[in-house]
Amino acid sequence: MGVRVQAAPFDQGAEIAAFTAAAAGAGAVVSFTGIVRPDHGLTGMEIEHYPGMTEKAIRSILDQAVRRWSLVDGLVVHRYGLLAPGEAIMMVATAAPHRGDAFAAAEFLMDYLKSRAPFWKKESRDGGATWVAAREADEDALKRW
Amino acid sequence: MIDVLYFAWVRERIGLPREQVETRAATVAGLVDELRAREERYAAAFADTSALRVALDQELADFDAPLAGVREVAFFPPMTGG
Repeated sequence: MGVRVQAAPFDQGAEIAAFTAAAAGAGAVVSFTGIVRPDHGLTGMEIEHYPGMTEKAIRSILDQAVRRWSLVDGLVVHRYGLLAPGEAIMMVATAAPHRGDAFAAAEFLMDYLKSRAPFWKKESRDGGATWVAAREADEDALKRW
Repeated sequence: MIDVLYFAWVRERIGLPREQVETRAATVAGLVDELRAREERYAAAFADTSALRVALDQELADFDAPLAGVREVAFFPPMTGG
């Protein structure tokens, strides 16, 4: 299981290749990459996090995913700091014997990272910067698990 | 003494990322009451605790959770990861 919280950009292709090569016995690898949406007027996104708790929270979410589905391996990479529109914010990858488990675990990871990992996003536009509010739909998404 | 941390708009509203607080409060809610009474900027940040989340020693907790033995309390808005 891999958890990385970093300011530096990551190469999603290289991450998936290394993850797949290390996931011996897997028949399926699923990955998701979140990108700063180039919404109209958006000039940047600043991501703040809670060093220490962030890593622990992500690890605990990954541990739950491993217990629930038969995962061979899981990876979460999440950036913080100032990001430009179009840049990758984060990625998850899951490896399992079959695709059903890999897809379900990746969705579970995304739903939980969204509202249970201590990150906060602030969007900059020409008029100023505003904190992104959590959506009720994100909290509701946890109920399906 | 406990370390109290603030993140995102809570940090901005209070004007600092962390501080050490001498408290006799038994619960998180008691600590919030003490902080609110300090200054207007605290009162503003803690005006509506339903808009806030709290972590005790880096684990999510409730506002009625006891503070006994806790070393680090963090206040922040609902998280927006992913």
